[in-house]
Amino acid sequence: MLRDAALVAGKDLRVEARSRVALNQVAPFAILVLVLFAFALDPDRGVLVRASAGLFWVAVAFTALLAVQRSFAIEVADGARDGLRLSGLDPAGIFLGKAGAVAAELLALEVLLAAGVVVLYNTDLHGIGVLVLTCLLATLAIAAAGTLYGVLAAGVRMRETLLPLLLVPVMAPVVLAATKASEAALTSAGTDAWPWIRLLGAFAAVYLAVGTVAFGPLLEDA
Amino acid sequence: MKTRILGGAALVSLIATMAVGLTLPPTEEQEDFARLIAIHPAIAWVAYVAFGVMALGSLLYLIPATRARVWDRLAAASAEVGVVFTALMLVTGSLWGRPVWGVYWTWDARLTLSALMLALLLGYVALRRVTVEVDRRAMVSSIAGLAAVVVIPLNHFAVTWWRTLHQGRSLVRVSPGSELDARYIQAMLLGFVAMTLVYAWLLVHRYRLEVLEEEQGDVELEAAIAERRAEATEVLV
Repeated sequence: MLRDAALVAGKDLRVEARSRVALNQVAPFAILVLVLFAFALDPDRGVLVRASAGLFWVAVAFTALLAVQRSFAIEVADGARDGLRLSGLDPAGIFLGKAGAVAAELLALEVLLAAGVVVLYNTDLHGIGVLVLTCLLATLAIAAAGTLYGVLAAGVRMRETLLPLLLVPVMAPVVLAATKASEAALTSAGTDAWPWIRLLGAFAAVYLAVGTVAFGPLLEDA
Repeated sequence: MKTRILGGAALVSLIATMAVGLTLPPTEEQEDFARLIAIHPAIAWVAYVAFGVMALGSLLYLIPATRARVWDRLAAASAEVGVVFTALMLVTGSLWGRPVWGVYWTWDARLTLSALMLALLLGYVALRRVTVEVDRRAMVSSIAGLAAVVVIPLNHFAVTWWRTLHQGRSLVRVSPGSELDARYIQAMLLGFVAMTLVYAWLLVHRYRLEVLEEEQGDVELEAAIAERRAEATEVLV
Protein backbone atom coordinates (compact mmCIF):
# COMPACT_ATOMS: atom_id res chain seq x y z
CA MET A 1 0.00 0.00 0.00
CA LEU A 2 2.74 2.45 0.95
CA ARG A 3 4.70 1.59 -2.18
CA ASP A 4 1.58 2.33 -4.24
CA ALA A 5 1.13 5.59 -2.34
CA ALA A 6 4.71 6.61 -3.11
CA LEU A 7 4.17 5.77 -6.79
CA VAL A 8 1.01 7.88 -7.06
CA ALA A 9 2.47 10.75 -5.06
CA GLY A 10 5.58 10.66 -7.24
CA LYS A 11 3.45 10.74 -10.37
CA ASP A 12 1.40 13.73 -9.15
CA LEU A 13 4.47 15.64 -8.06
CA ARG A 14 6.17 14.88 -11.40
CA VAL A 15 3.11 16.23 -13.22
CA GLU A 16 3.39 19.35 -11.08
CA ALA A 17 7.14 19.67 -11.67
CA ARG A 18 6.54 19.58 -15.43
CA SER A 19 3.37 21.65 -15.65
CA ARG A 20 4.21 24.08 -12.81
CA VAL A 21 0.54 24.93 -12.26
CA ALA A 22 0.88 25.25 -8.50
CA LEU A 23 4.04 27.31 -8.86
CA ASN A 24 2.92 29.60 -11.68
CA GLN A 25 -0.77 30.01 -10.83
CA VAL A 26 -1.65 28.90 -7.31
CA ALA A 27 1.33 30.48 -5.55
CA PRO A 28 0.80 33.98 -7.00
CA PHE A 29 -2.90 33.62 -6.20
CA ALA A 30 -2.08 32.80 -2.56
CA ILE A 31 0.02 35.96 -2.27
CA LEU A 32 -2.76 37.96 -3.92
CA VAL A 33 -5.18 36.75 -1.25
CA LEU A 34 -2.81 38.15 1.39
CA VAL A 35 -2.74 41.45 -0.48
CA LEU A 36 -6.55 41.50 -0.62
CA PHE A 37 -6.72 41.02 3.15
CA ALA A 38 -4.45 44.03 3.55
CA PHE A 39 -6.88 46.07 1.43
CA ALA A 40 -9.87 44.85 3.43
CA LEU A 41 -8.30 45.41 6.86
CA ASP A 42 -6.58 48.69 7.57
CA PRO A 43 -2.82 47.89 7.59
CA ASP A 44 -2.00 50.85 9.83
CA ARG A 45 -3.96 49.88 12.90
CA GLY A 46 -2.29 46.57 13.61
CA VAL A 47 -5.34 44.55 12.66
CA LEU A 48 -3.29 42.57 10.17
CA VAL A 49 -0.69 41.57 12.75
CA ARG A 50 -3.27 40.47 15.26
CA ALA A 51 -5.30 38.57 12.67
CA SER A 52 -2.36 37.17 10.74
CA ALA A 53 -2.79 33.59 12.02
CA GLY A 54 -6.41 33.51 10.90
CA LEU A 55 -5.70 35.21 7.57
CA PHE A 56 -2.88 32.78 6.91
CA TRP A 57 -5.16 29.76 7.41
CA VAL A 58 -7.99 31.23 5.35
CA ALA A 59 -5.49 31.79 2.54
CA VAL A 60 -4.32 28.18 2.96
CA ALA A 61 -7.94 26.98 2.75
CA PHE A 62 -8.44 28.86 -0.54
CA THR A 63 -5.24 27.53 -2.05
CA ALA A 64 -6.15 24.03 -0.83
CA LEU A 65 -9.37 24.23 -2.88
CA LEU A 66 -7.31 25.02 -5.97
CA ALA A 67 -4.74 22.32 -5.23
CA VAL A 68 -7.48 19.70 -4.85
CA GLN A 69 -9.22 20.84 -8.03
CA ARG A 70 -5.93 20.54 -9.84
CA SER A 71 -5.16 17.15 -8.32
CA PHE A 72 -8.36 15.71 -9.80
CA ALA A 73 -8.36 17.73 -12.98
CA ILE A 74 -5.29 15.74 -14.05
CA GLU A 75 -7.17 12.50 -13.36
CA VAL A 76 -10.36 13.49 -15.20
CA ALA A 77 -8.50 14.67 -18.31
CA ASP A 78 -7.88 11.99 -20.96
CA GLY A 79 -9.65 9.41 -18.83
CA ALA A 80 -6.63 9.02 -16.59
CA ARG A 81 -8.97 7.84 -13.85
CA ASP A 82 -9.75 4.70 -15.82
CA GLY A 83 -6.03 4.08 -15.97
CA LEU A 84 -5.80 4.44 -12.20
CA ARG A 85 -8.72 2.07 -11.76
CA LEU A 86 -7.21 -0.53 -14.04
CA SER A 87 -3.68 -0.14 -12.71
CA GLY A 88 -4.28 -2.67 -9.93
CA LEU A 89 -2.90 -0.26 -7.35
CA ASP A 90 -4.39 -0.47 -3.87
CA PRO A 91 -7.16 2.22 -3.65
CA ALA A 92 -6.00 3.09 -0.14
CA GLY A 93 -2.53 3.58 -1.57
CA ILE A 94 -3.88 5.81 -4.34
CA PHE A 95 -5.70 7.87 -1.73
CA LEU A 96 -2.64 8.25 0.48
CA GLY A 97 -0.50 9.06 -2.55
CA LYS A 98 -2.79 11.76 -3.88
CA ALA A 99 -3.30 13.19 -0.39
CA GLY A 100 0.45 13.12 0.15
CA ALA A 101 1.13 14.99 -3.08
CA VAL A 102 -1.50 17.62 -2.22
CA ALA A 103 -0.02 17.93 1.28
CA ALA A 104 3.50 18.39 -0.14
CA GLU A 105 2.29 21.13 -2.48
CA LEU A 106 0.35 22.80 0.32
CA LEU A 107 3.35 22.72 2.65
CA ALA A 108 5.46 24.45 0.02
CA LEU A 109 2.71 27.04 -0.45
CA GLU A 110 2.48 27.51 3.32
CA VAL A 111 6.19 28.32 3.51
CA LEU A 112 5.60 30.96 0.84
CA LEU A 113 2.49 32.27 2.62
CA ALA A 114 4.34 32.43 5.94
CA ALA A 115 7.06 34.45 4.27
CA GLY A 116 4.32 36.65 2.80
CA VAL A 117 2.77 37.19 6.22
CA VAL A 118 6.15 38.10 7.71
CA VAL A 119 7.04 40.50 4.90
CA LEU A 120 3.65 42.02 4.07
CA TYR A 121 2.02 42.09 7.52
CA ASN A 122 5.18 42.63 9.51
CA THR A 123 4.33 39.76 11.84
CA ASP A 124 7.08 38.38 14.06
CA LEU A 125 7.29 34.61 14.13
CA HIS A 126 7.51 32.99 17.57
CA GLY A 127 7.29 29.37 18.61
CA ILE A 128 8.58 28.03 15.30
CA GLY A 129 8.45 24.42 16.49
CA VAL A 130 4.78 24.67 17.42
CA LEU A 131 4.01 26.45 14.16
CA VAL A 132 5.72 23.77 12.10
CA LEU A 133 3.86 21.01 13.94
CA THR A 134 0.57 22.86 13.47
CA CYS A 135 1.23 23.24 9.76
CA LEU A 136 2.13 19.56 9.36
CA LEU A 137 -0.97 18.24 11.12
CA ALA A 138 -3.42 20.77 9.67
CA THR A 139 -2.05 20.23 6.16
CA LEU A 140 -2.39 16.48 6.52
CA ALA A 141 -6.01 16.89 7.63
CA ILE A 142 -6.85 19.36 4.85
CA ALA A 143 -5.14 17.23 2.19
CA ALA A 144 -6.91 14.06 3.35
CA ALA A 145 -10.35 15.73 3.46
CA GLY A 146 -9.66 17.47 0.15
CA THR A 147 -8.65 14.24 -1.59
CA LEU A 148 -11.74 12.43 -0.26
CA TYR A 149 -14.11 15.14 -1.47
CA GLY A 150 -12.07 15.68 -4.60
CA VAL A 151 -12.69 12.14 -5.82
CA LEU A 152 -16.30 12.39 -4.67
CA ALA A 153 -16.85 15.41 -6.87
CA ALA A 154 -14.49 14.32 -9.67
CA GLY A 155 -17.08 12.33 -11.58
CA VAL A 156 -19.91 14.85 -11.53
CA ARG A 157 -20.85 17.82 -13.62
CA MET A 158 -20.22 21.30 -12.20
CA ARG A 159 -17.54 19.97 -9.87
CA GLU A 160 -15.70 23.32 -9.82
CA THR A 161 -18.54 24.97 -7.94
CA LEU A 162 -19.60 21.92 -5.98
CA LEU A 163 -16.23 21.16 -4.40
CA PRO A 164 -15.97 24.38 -2.34
CA LEU A 165 -19.49 23.87 -0.96
CA LEU A 166 -18.64 20.32 0.08
CA LEU A 167 -15.13 20.96 1.31
CA VAL A 168 -15.37 24.23 3.25
CA PRO A 169 -17.61 22.93 6.09
CA VAL A 170 -15.25 19.97 6.37
CA MET A 171 -12.15 22.18 6.49
CA ALA A 172 -13.83 24.60 8.91
CA PRO A 173 -12.81 22.83 12.15
CA VAL A 174 -9.26 22.37 10.84
CA VAL A 175 -8.94 26.04 9.94
CA LEU A 176 -10.35 26.98 13.34
CA ALA A 177 -8.04 24.72 15.33
CA ALA A 178 -4.99 25.61 13.23
CA THR A 179 -5.71 29.32 13.67
CA LYS A 180 -6.00 28.94 17.43
CA ALA A 181 -2.81 26.89 17.66
CA SER A 182 -0.87 29.38 15.51
CA GLU A 183 -2.24 32.32 17.47
CA ALA A 184 -1.16 30.70 20.71
CA ALA A 185 2.30 30.05 19.27
CA LEU A 186 2.65 33.62 18.00
CA THR A 187 1.46 35.38 21.14
CA SER A 188 2.63 33.25 24.07
CA ALA A 189 5.18 30.57 24.78
CA GLY A 190 2.99 28.18 22.89
CA THR A 191 1.68 26.14 25.82
CA ASP A 192 -1.92 27.11 24.97
CA ALA A 193 -1.41 25.55 21.59
CA TRP A 194 -1.23 21.93 22.77
CA PRO A 195 -4.96 21.20 23.15
CA TRP A 196 -5.49 22.54 19.63
CA ILE A 197 -2.57 20.57 18.25
CA ARG A 198 -3.96 17.39 19.77
CA LEU A 199 -7.30 18.23 18.17
CA LEU A 200 -5.57 18.75 14.82
CA GLY A 201 -3.90 15.37 15.21
CA ALA A 202 -7.31 13.82 15.80
CA PHE A 203 -8.72 15.57 12.69
CA ALA A 204 -5.86 14.33 10.55
CA ALA A 205 -6.27 10.78 11.85
CA VAL A 206 -10.05 10.78 11.29
CA TYR A 207 -9.90 12.23 7.78
CA LEU A 208 -7.07 9.92 6.76
CA ALA A 209 -8.96 6.91 8.13
CA VAL A 210 -12.26 7.83 6.46
CA GLY A 211 -10.50 8.58 3.18
CA THR A 212 -8.54 5.33 3.19
CA VAL A 213 -11.74 3.33 3.67
CA ALA A 214 -14.04 5.31 1.37
CA PHE A 215 -11.69 5.99 -1.53
CA GLY A 216 -11.98 2.54 -3.10
CA PRO A 217 -15.77 2.51 -3.64
CA LEU A 218 -15.67 6.17 -4.73
CA LEU A 219 -12.98 5.53 -7.33
CA GLU A 220 -14.97 2.58 -8.66
CA ASP A 221 -18.26 4.44 -8.83
CA ALA A 222 -17.31 8.01 -9.57
CA MET B 1 -55.10 7.41 2.21
CA LYS B 2 -52.88 6.81 5.22
CA THR B 3 -50.77 9.76 4.15
CA ARG B 4 -53.90 11.90 4.13
CA ILE B 5 -54.53 10.95 7.75
CA LEU B 6 -50.92 11.82 8.58
CA GLY B 7 -51.27 15.12 6.71
CA GLY B 8 -54.55 15.88 8.48
CA ALA B 9 -53.03 15.13 11.87
CA ALA B 10 -50.04 17.35 11.01
CA LEU B 11 -52.35 20.19 9.96
CA VAL B 12 -54.58 19.91 13.04
CA SER B 13 -51.66 19.78 15.45
CA LEU B 14 -50.00 22.68 13.66
CA ILE B 15 -53.15 24.79 13.99
CA ALA B 16 -53.44 23.77 17.64
CA THR B 17 -49.80 24.77 18.21
CA MET B 18 -50.47 28.14 16.63
CA ALA B 19 -53.58 28.66 18.72
CA VAL B 20 -51.88 27.68 21.96
CA GLY B 21 -48.60 29.38 21.11
CA LEU B 22 -50.10 32.70 20.12
CA THR B 23 -52.27 32.89 23.23
CA LEU B 24 -49.40 32.26 25.64
CA PRO B 25 -49.04 35.11 28.13
CA PRO B 26 -46.01 37.32 27.50
CA THR B 27 -43.25 36.79 30.06
CA GLU B 28 -41.60 39.56 32.02
CA GLU B 29 -38.13 39.04 30.59
CA GLN B 30 -38.85 38.19 26.99
CA GLU B 31 -42.32 39.63 26.54
CA ASP B 32 -44.08 38.41 23.41
CA PHE B 33 -41.01 36.70 22.03
CA ALA B 34 -41.20 33.94 24.63
CA ARG B 35 -44.00 32.48 22.52
CA LEU B 36 -41.46 31.28 20.00
CA ILE B 37 -40.93 28.41 22.42
CA ALA B 38 -43.97 26.81 20.82
CA ILE B 39 -42.10 26.29 17.55
CA HIS B 40 -38.36 26.93 17.82
CA PRO B 41 -37.29 23.95 19.99
CA ALA B 42 -39.58 21.68 17.98
CA ILE B 43 -38.09 22.86 14.68
CA ALA B 44 -34.59 22.34 16.06
CA TRP B 45 -35.54 18.84 17.19
CA VAL B 46 -36.82 17.96 13.72
CA ALA B 47 -33.69 19.45 12.12
CA TYR B 48 -31.52 17.09 14.18
CA VAL B 49 -33.83 14.14 13.51
CA ALA B 50 -33.71 14.86 9.78
CA PHE B 51 -29.91 14.95 9.88
CA GLY B 52 -29.89 11.71 11.87
CA VAL B 53 -32.23 9.97 9.42
CA MET B 54 -30.04 11.13 6.53
CA ALA B 55 -27.03 9.63 8.32
CA LEU B 56 -28.82 6.39 9.13
CA GLY B 57 -30.08 5.98 5.57
CA SER B 58 -26.56 6.57 4.23
CA LEU B 59 -25.08 4.06 6.66
CA LEU B 60 -27.64 1.36 5.87
CA TYR B 61 -27.05 1.87 2.16
CA LEU B 62 -23.30 1.53 2.59
CA ILE B 63 -23.50 -1.71 4.57
CA PRO B 64 -23.61 -4.39 1.85
CA ALA B 65 -26.02 -6.61 3.83
CA THR B 66 -28.69 -3.92 4.03
CA ARG B 67 -27.98 -2.16 0.73
CA ALA B 68 -31.25 -1.17 -0.89
CA ARG B 69 -32.44 1.88 -2.78
CA VAL B 70 -35.04 2.53 -0.10
CA TRP B 71 -32.30 3.74 2.30
CA ASP B 72 -30.80 6.05 -0.28
CA ARG B 73 -34.19 7.56 -1.07
CA LEU B 74 -34.93 7.94 2.63
CA ALA B 75 -31.62 9.74 3.19
CA ALA B 76 -32.28 11.99 0.19
CA ALA B 77 -35.80 12.86 1.31
CA SER B 78 -34.73 13.49 4.88
CA ALA B 79 -31.80 15.69 3.86
CA GLU B 80 -33.99 17.91 1.73
CA VAL B 81 -36.66 18.29 4.41
CA GLY B 82 -33.80 18.80 6.87
CA VAL B 83 -32.53 21.80 4.89
CA VAL B 84 -35.91 23.48 5.34
CA PHE B 85 -36.07 22.80 9.06
CA THR B 86 -32.44 23.72 9.73
CA ALA B 87 -32.94 27.02 7.90
CA LEU B 88 -36.16 27.60 9.85
CA MET B 89 -34.34 26.83 13.08
CA LEU B 90 -31.76 29.51 12.29
CA VAL B 91 -34.45 32.00 11.22
CA THR B 92 -36.70 31.51 14.25
CA GLY B 93 -33.65 31.56 16.50
CA SER B 94 -32.48 34.84 14.99
CA LEU B 95 -35.94 36.38 15.31
CA TRP B 96 -35.87 35.48 18.98
CA GLY B 97 -32.24 36.41 19.50
CA ARG B 98 -32.58 39.97 18.21
CA PRO B 99 -35.00 41.25 20.89
CA VAL B 100 -33.81 38.98 23.70
CA TRP B 101 -30.03 38.85 23.21
CA GLY B 102 -29.89 42.11 21.26
CA VAL B 103 -28.33 40.48 18.20
CA TYR B 104 -29.58 38.34 15.34
CA TRP B 105 -26.50 36.21 15.48
CA THR B 106 -23.90 35.43 18.06
CA TRP B 107 -20.90 33.14 17.68
CA ASP B 108 -22.19 30.74 20.22
CA ALA B 109 -21.02 27.15 19.82
CA ARG B 110 -24.46 25.77 19.18
CA LEU B 111 -25.37 28.45 16.64
CA THR B 112 -22.15 28.02 14.73
CA LEU B 113 -22.60 24.27 14.68
CA SER B 114 -26.15 24.65 13.35
CA ALA B 115 -24.94 26.89 10.54
CA LEU B 116 -22.28 24.34 9.59
CA MET B 117 -24.92 21.61 9.71
CA LEU B 118 -26.99 23.57 7.20
CA ALA B 119 -23.92 23.90 4.97
CA LEU B 120 -23.33 20.13 5.13
CA LEU B 121 -26.95 19.39 4.25
CA LEU B 122 -26.86 21.87 1.37
CA GLY B 123 -23.69 20.22 0.09
CA TYR B 124 -25.33 16.80 0.24
CA VAL B 125 -28.42 18.01 -1.63
CA ALA B 126 -26.27 19.82 -4.22
CA LEU B 127 -24.21 16.69 -4.78
CA ARG B 128 -27.38 14.69 -5.48
CA ARG B 129 -28.58 17.29 -7.96
CA VAL B 130 -25.55 17.03 -10.20
CA THR B 131 -25.16 13.26 -10.17
CA VAL B 132 -27.41 11.61 -12.72
CA GLU B 133 -26.95 7.87 -12.71
CA VAL B 134 -29.03 6.41 -9.87
CA ASP B 135 -26.74 3.73 -8.43
CA ARG B 136 -23.67 5.90 -8.64
CA ARG B 137 -25.52 8.77 -7.03
CA ALA B 138 -26.64 6.50 -4.21
CA MET B 139 -23.08 5.36 -3.50
CA VAL B 140 -21.48 8.78 -3.77
CA SER B 141 -24.11 10.59 -1.73
CA SER B 142 -24.19 7.88 0.94
CA ILE B 143 -20.49 8.36 1.50
CA ALA B 144 -20.97 12.14 1.55
CA GLY B 145 -23.85 11.74 4.00
CA LEU B 146 -21.85 9.57 6.33
CA ALA B 147 -18.81 11.85 6.06
CA ALA B 148 -21.05 14.76 7.06
CA VAL B 149 -21.87 12.88 10.25
CA VAL B 150 -18.17 12.36 10.96
CA VAL B 151 -17.60 16.07 10.47
CA ILE B 152 -20.27 17.14 12.95
CA PRO B 153 -18.51 15.94 16.13
CA LEU B 154 -15.19 17.34 14.84
CA ASN B 155 -16.85 20.69 14.31
CA HIS B 156 -18.48 20.31 17.69
CA PHE B 157 -15.14 19.94 19.49
CA ALA B 158 -13.48 22.76 17.61
CA VAL B 159 -16.37 25.17 17.98
CA THR B 160 -17.08 24.39 21.63
CA TRP B 161 -13.43 24.88 22.58
CA TRP B 162 -13.29 28.00 20.50
CA ARG B 163 -16.14 29.60 22.40
CA THR B 164 -15.29 28.29 25.85
CA LEU B 165 -11.48 28.38 26.05
CA HIS B 166 -11.41 32.15 25.88
CA GLN B 167 -14.52 33.81 27.10
CA GLY B 168 -17.01 32.14 29.38
CA ARG B 169 -20.07 33.64 27.82
CA SER B 170 -23.28 32.47 29.42
CA LEU B 171 -26.36 32.99 27.35
CA VAL B 172 -29.79 32.89 28.86
CA ARG B 173 -31.30 29.79 27.40
CA VAL B 174 -34.91 28.78 27.54
CA SER B 175 -34.92 25.32 29.00
CA PRO B 176 -37.93 23.47 30.30
CA GLY B 177 -38.24 23.61 34.06
CA SER B 178 -36.60 27.00 34.55
CA GLU B 179 -39.35 29.31 35.68
CA LEU B 180 -41.62 28.25 32.89
CA ASP B 181 -45.15 27.61 33.85
CA ALA B 182 -47.04 24.56 32.70
CA ARG B 183 -48.64 26.33 29.75
CA TYR B 184 -45.30 27.01 28.19
CA ILE B 185 -44.20 23.42 28.52
CA GLN B 186 -47.50 22.26 27.06
CA ALA B 187 -47.14 24.59 24.09
CA MET B 188 -43.60 23.36 23.52
CA LEU B 189 -44.59 19.69 23.68
CA LEU B 190 -47.50 20.33 21.32
CA GLY B 191 -45.02 21.99 18.99
CA PHE B 192 -42.84 18.87 19.12
CA VAL B 193 -45.78 16.70 18.11
CA ALA B 194 -46.86 19.07 15.34
CA MET B 195 -43.40 19.53 13.82
CA THR B 196 -42.64 15.82 13.97
CA LEU B 197 -45.88 15.07 12.14
CA VAL B 198 -45.14 17.75 9.54
CA TYR B 199 -41.68 16.25 9.07
CA ALA B 200 -43.08 12.74 8.66
CA TRP B 201 -45.65 13.95 6.14
CA LEU B 202 -43.10 15.88 4.11
CA LEU B 203 -40.72 12.94 4.27
CA VAL B 204 -43.31 10.53 2.86
CA HIS B 205 -44.13 12.87 0.00
CA ARG B 206 -40.53 13.66 -0.78
CA TYR B 207 -39.76 9.94 -0.78
CA ARG B 208 -42.53 9.28 -3.32
CA LEU B 209 -41.26 12.14 -5.45
CA GLU B 210 -37.83 10.51 -5.40
CA VAL B 211 -39.35 7.24 -6.65
CA LEU B 212 -41.21 9.09 -9.39
CA GLU B 213 -38.07 10.93 -10.44
CA GLU B 214 -36.17 7.66 -10.73
CA GLU B 215 -39.00 6.15 -12.77
CA GLN B 216 -39.11 9.18 -15.02
CA GLY B 217 -35.39 8.82 -15.59
CA ASP B 218 -35.86 5.18 -16.63
CA VAL B 219 -38.81 6.01 -18.90
CA GLU B 220 -36.91 8.81 -20.60
CA LEU B 221 -33.89 6.59 -21.12
CA GLU B 222 -36.03 3.88 -22.71
CA ALA B 223 -37.77 6.43 -24.92
CA ALA B 224 -34.42 7.80 -26.04
CA ILE B 225 -33.14 4.30 -26.84
CA ALA B 226 -36.34 3.51 -28.77
CA GLU B 227 -35.93 6.74 -30.74
CA ARG B 228 -32.34 5.89 -31.70
CA ARG B 229 -33.47 2.39 -32.75
CA ALA B 230 -36.20 3.89 -34.91
CA GLU B 231 -33.65 6.16 -36.56
CA ALA B 232 -31.40 3.20 -37.25
CA THR B 233 -34.17 1.13 -38.85
CA GLU B 234 -35.17 4.10 -41.00
CA VAL B 235 -31.67 4.25 -42.39
CA LEU B 236 -31.68 0.51 -43.04
CA VAL B 237 -35.00 0.62 -44.85
